[in-house]
Amino acid sequence: MATTLSTALPGEQVTITTDVHTEPFWQAAKEERLVAPACSACGTFRLPPTPFCPKCQSTDKRWVELSGRAEIYSFSIVRGFPGLPEIVIVPVVLDLPDAPGARLVSDVVGVDPADVRIGDQVEVFFSPIADGWKLPLFRPVGMGAARS
Amino acid sequence: MTRRDTAIVGVGATDYYRRGRSAPQTITELAGKAILAACEDAGLAVADIDGFAYYSMAGGGYGMSMDTADLMDTLGIPEVTFSATLTSGGGGAAGSVDLARAAIVSGQANVVVSVMAVQQARQRLGGVFAAMTPNPLNSFLQPAGLAGPGHLMSVLVRRHMHDYGTRREAFAEVAISQRLNAANRPKAIMRDPITPDDYFGARMIADPLCLLDFCLETDGAVAVITTSADRAKDLRQAPVPVVASAHGGHRDWGRAFAGMQMPHETFASSGHAAIAKHLFGRAGVGPEDIDVALLYDHFSAMVVMQLEDYGFCKKGEGGPFVESGAIRYDGGSLPVNTHGGQLSEAYIIGMTHIKEGVEQMRGTAINQVAGAELALVTGGPATLPVSGLILGRA
Repeated sequence: MATTLSTALPGEQVTITTDVHTEPFWQAAKEERLVAPACSACGTFRLPPTPFCPKCQSTDKRWVELSGRAEIYSFSIVRGFPGLPEIVIVPVVLDLPDAPGARLVSDVVGVDPADVRIGDQVEVFFSPIADGWKLPLFRPVGMGAARS
Repeated sequence: MTRRDTAIVGVGATDYYRRGRSAPQTITELAGKAILAACEDAGLAVADIDGFAYYSMAGGGYGMSMDTADLMDTLGIPEVTFSATLTSGGGGAAGSVDLARAAIVSGQANVVVSVMAVQQARQRLGGVFAAMTPNPLNSFLQPAGLAGPGHLMSVLVRRHMHDYGTRREAFAEVAISQRLNAANRPKAIMRDPITPDDYFGARMIADPLCLLDFCLETDGAVAVITTSADRAKDLRQAPVPVVASAHGGHRDWGRAFAGMQMPHETFASSGHAAIAKHLFGRAGVGPEDIDVALLYDHFSAMVVMQLEDYGFCKKGEGGPFVESGAIRYDGGSLPVNTHGGQLSEAYIIGMTHIKEGVEQMRGTAINQVAGAELALVTGGPATLPVSGLILGRA
């Protein structure tokens, strides 16, 4: 039996909304750039983007463009989703080496779930979702675009 | 310092039903039946109620809600002087009694009811995160496909296994021991024993969690009545003193698995360390003094992590502690979820744990822990507030 490689939810089913604090993240993603907000006053990163810096309460932030590399902090292997009983997803919580202290929740796609380990290095790619937005998803470093 | 200024004097419950089967009863009807049963248990008239202390935003899980005016209107409660709820969700279950106590000791109310009614006819718990309307915050979570709370918590569980070597055998023991506790309970939804083969053969839902790690999806309602220690003295039942109560939590846990931003020391935990500190400090006791623990069990592994956060064992040693048989009703050093919990009896978002704590302290529990004098009851682990209670014997 062939191994089922991990995938993500069908893009047309994924809807996001934005507010003034989060929209720059999604606008950058639309341009296939991964960014995170750092406090202009003290440099602390935060995700999701929120009104205040939790460390110094400043509202000033600068959007830092990240390398797109990430490390798997933990993950799950989900088999089935409402309406998609056969889907296999590997949701991941990711540490971002160039935005320390902030994490992203995403999926690692195109992998045999049995091969995934905490500490694995992954890199971002962007996949279309509803309303013209793009979602940052991840695959193992070096896999390139072959299986996207 | 032990205050014991308030006491739980009545508990009441409806029957428990499999998901959706409490229909066509309404949420108000289920809540009302539980409240009337709690009044009967206490020897109070429903008109004596003058306060409502809810949690979970007074939600009648899932997608419905309870309302003080609706309940007063149909039950004939003439006047209330307190009506409030804790924020967020099931983390506040035990904390609803903390809220009731706050109303009573501040003089705002005398007889306060806490109630939860669940009916999963329109929306099931298991897909509640998938069904949420997208918003700017959950847009950073929802697209990943973690459909329900167990899917989200499976990520914490995997990290616990990675950091401490915790084995699935520990989660199996939680499921197996709680099912044994439910075997003799007439209202329990699941009573047939679970074998290790059953556990390891069960369908994986969100690896490392399988079907038998997930709580039941059930309907029903439970109500609890709290009053002052003075008023409690001449009611029908032996009062069950609130020795200590707490709700809240530390920002490090914060939005918990709805945000996944917890620092490393907190990520693979139950978020209850702050509650444990306040509860034991207020009660003037330690984990070694607790005789029976009713720990919120939406997922088996979160029982293991609560045992660590409450100091029943060291951080990271919850797995071996559980695997040693320590939480068994029969022969364990700390019987846990003697009612079968949400994994086997029924899921009423934490209220059955309060009910069992009260029955243990009255000495009337079906699986009575002999000589038990202090019971720990917890809510959560979920987005803050989480909560806990230490109940005592009159």
